[in-house]
Amino acid sequence: MTQDVAIIGIGLHPFGRHDTLTGRAQGAIALRAALKDAGIGWDRIGIAYGGSHDAGNADALCNDLGLTGLPFVNVANGCATGGSALASAVAAIRSGSAEFAVAVGFDKHPRGAFNPHPRDWGLPDWYGETGLMLTTQFFALKTRRYMHDHGITEDALVRVAQRAFRNGALNPQAWRRREMSYGEIAESMPVNLPLRQYMFCNPAEGGAAVVLCPAEVAKRYHAKPIIVKAAVVRTRHHGSFEVFSPALAAQQAPAPTVTASRAAFEQAGVAPRDIDVLQLQDTDSGSEVIHMAENGFCEHGEQERLLRDGETEIGGRLPINTDGGCLANGEPIGASGLRQVIEICTQLRQEAGARQVPGNPRLGYTHVYGAPGVSGVTILQR
Amino acid sequence: MPHPVLARPDLIRFEGDTPHLVGSRCDECGEVYFPATDSCTRCTATRMSPHDLGHRGTLWSWTIQGFLPKAPYNGGETAETFQPYGVGYVELGSGIKVESRLTVADEAKLQIGMPLELTLIPYRRTDDGEVHTFAFRPAASA
Ligand SMILES: [Zn+2]
Repeated sequence: MTQDVAIIGIGLHPFGRHDTLTGRAQGAIALRAALKDAGIGWDRIGIAYGGSHDAGNADALCNDLGLTGLPFVNVANGCATGGSALASAVAAIRSGSAEFAVAVGFDKHPRGAFNPHPRDWGLPDWYGETGLMLTTQFFALKTRRYMHDHGITEDALVRVAQRAFRNGALNPQAWRRREMSYGEIAESMPVNLPLRQYMFCNPAEGGAAVVLCPAEVAKRYHAKPIIVKAAVVRTRHHGSFEVFSPALAAQQAPAPTVTASRAAFEQAGVAPRDIDVLQLQDTDSGSEVIHMAENGFCEHGEQERLLRDGETEIGGRLPINTDGGCLANGEPIGASGLRQVIEICTQLRQEAGARQVPGNPRLGYTHVYGAPGVSGVTILQR
Repeated sequence: MPHPVLARPDLIRFEGDTPHLVGSRCDECGEVYFPATDSCTRCTATRMSPHDLGHRGTLWSWTIQGFLPKAPYNGGETAETFQPYGVGYVELGSGIKVESRLTVADEAKLQIGMPLELTLIPYRRTDDGEVHTFAFRPAASA
């Protein structure tokens, strides 16, 4: 029988811009907060997984927290870094190789769009030099085709962003806390049409950490442990439509999000209709729309109606990105996936204040997607 | 007429003055790749042959690049001189969709399914002259 694993500590250094703090310092603040929440010391942690994209090796955190000799694995899986760190920490506890484990992430990116280097991704230099290797282009191209295939209009793209900023305004830790009108979003600067300025999240800074232990002892450390029912990571198959693709195969295959989601639901023994609160990767409005269906929460093409009818709002049947998501919090790559997990834990603990989902939510869901085609899904239970 | 200077000559072969895209094809399963690869991600085979992808296709998806990309982009514009350019996936005869610049950057003139043909456009200027890359433009005749 598989050992259940619980989250007993969560810690966040709010995302945004923090000119006086290094990325690592923000990771250390988040990690200390998570340990304090769990009520245990760093010296009891048996294994750690952590990542940062632009702010150095995560295991440098040991220089802040203490050189206890623990195994510390640096994780580098793009936007899915947090999800990968968490899945690894869960596996370590399940296997019995540690009693207490940490998953941590932090980052600090330069302003403006990410500028990946082709060789880091196994691609030829000309692909970047001629102006074809931009993540924003991929999101726009995938969204445009999806809208064409499934009858989605720009209305859905505006409503996703509007809800993100509305939820962000309720979240004291969010970076962008100003509600925006429909028109302000719909008429914002074209970045990569059909996606506009306020439909994209921005690179940011921040830190996030969780502490885990076997579920059977979790209550000793936290009054409201959150059980990790599934933590799954999957990479792309031949034929799926992924970021950084100079060409797409003739025959399309399901995205890694689809395979990760199905595996997670199977592992947890629950279905999409059982989920009470969820986080979907919203690097941009279009991605969130696509991810609603790829994760099994609706049919392809049904999204626009759900958004218009308020079903994805905090009080709706399918509350998505209750903390404002990437759109309102920005994206420090290493920390972003763990922010999602922390928000779901906060909701399941009923500690989300003004943005609390009503009705005593029991099951939550998180989903990240990262270059060059990695998805991480967790299912969490009160 | 001499052919234009290309950023990557091995992506293109000329039939007369008409440029064609060159990729590769898996000797085992027939899957087509662009740019050419030395292994097949579909069947894991490692025997590949060069393959002419042709010069005509249809627009499969599109966007307009609205801001100046950072390095490694080397088009040489400044924020002041930058002009938005079209980017799309173009579906070719074999079914492969190739990501490419488009000569059109006007949303009113781009539509999924429109017929396109390959051309070469200058995208950068050096001391030795213009450097060209591949792009698709609206087809002269269907
Ligand atoms: Zn093959």
